[in-house]
Amino acid sequence: METITNVHRDDEASKLGMWLFIFTEILLFGGLFIVYSIYRFNNAVAFHLAGEELNDTIGIINTVILLTSSMTVAMSLTAMQKGNIRLCLGMIAVTVLLGLVFLTNKYFEWGIKFEHGLYPGSAFLKELGHGDIMFFGLYFMMTGLHALHIIVGLTILVVVAVFIRKGRIRPDKYAFLENGGLYWHLVDLIWIFLFPLFYLIH
Amino acid sequence: MSEGKAHITNYSTLAMVLGSLLVLTWATVSITSINLGPWSVTAALLIALLKATLVLLYFMHLKFDSKLLKISFTAVIVVFFLVILLTFFDYLFR
Repeated sequence: METITNVHRDDEASKLGMWLFIFTEILLFGGLFIVYSIYRFNNAVAFHLAGEELNDTIGIINTVILLTSSMTVAMSLTAMQKGNIRLCLGMIAVTVLLGLVFLTNKYFEWGIKFEHGLYPGSAFLKELGHGDIMFFGLYFMMTGLHALHIIVGLTILVVVAVFIRKGRIRPDKYAFLENGGLYWHLVDLIWIFLFPLFYLIH
Repeated sequence: MSEGKAHITNYSTLAMVLGSLLVLTWATVSITSINLGPWSVTAALLIALLKATLVLLYFMHLKFDSKLLKISFTAVIVVFFLVILLTFFDYLFR
């Protein structure tokens, strides 16, 4: 039997693959941002008034949470590269926890909107007129799609943690952790634009 | 990276980036709370672009990545801005 001396592995290429996927995500959300700006341009007054309905405080809290979680996931990669598995797992745990807090806030935020009769297709919204329908349609669509990305990101991070425990991600083989981290940063990146556009600009 | 020469970002660098991001968040909240009319949109977008750049360069490690990645990323952003430009030309001068 011949022994295998060199198993081919190309971490740089898998990272490039991850980035290609991120490009498609940037263009997906980018397209939605263009839709938002065009409708804002056409319905300036309605967007201005509807934007004041959103709770700035929850938006700010969720921004701080996501920015912090982005740092902790970056730190988990540093810990792995330095061979500190315990710290790496700890940082991933903190990231997942912060992601869950973000989703919980989102749950209450949306819940209050629903109670006030604000949800796509609601009778109350239909009375408000075209601009408000567009604003809340885009609000639920874009923050909803973003929340979906949070759920996917959390799932990936849990899988990454399991792989680390099983030794499939190691200090000499951590491409999956790196790429999973990139996905989590993307979620943060999108929120950086969602937050001022929906919560701050009135 | 397989050569074992991967650039490792320090914990302190990451903490400093987070600090800057939080300061910028505070700045964008305070700027948009005073009524500057159309300028508040410009200010908010500029700060958001600055924050995104910090995340991309340090958290997403793009500053230390290969030229191939940097060029591809720039190309995507250029295409995106061209689409914005064309869309707004259409809406402004229709």
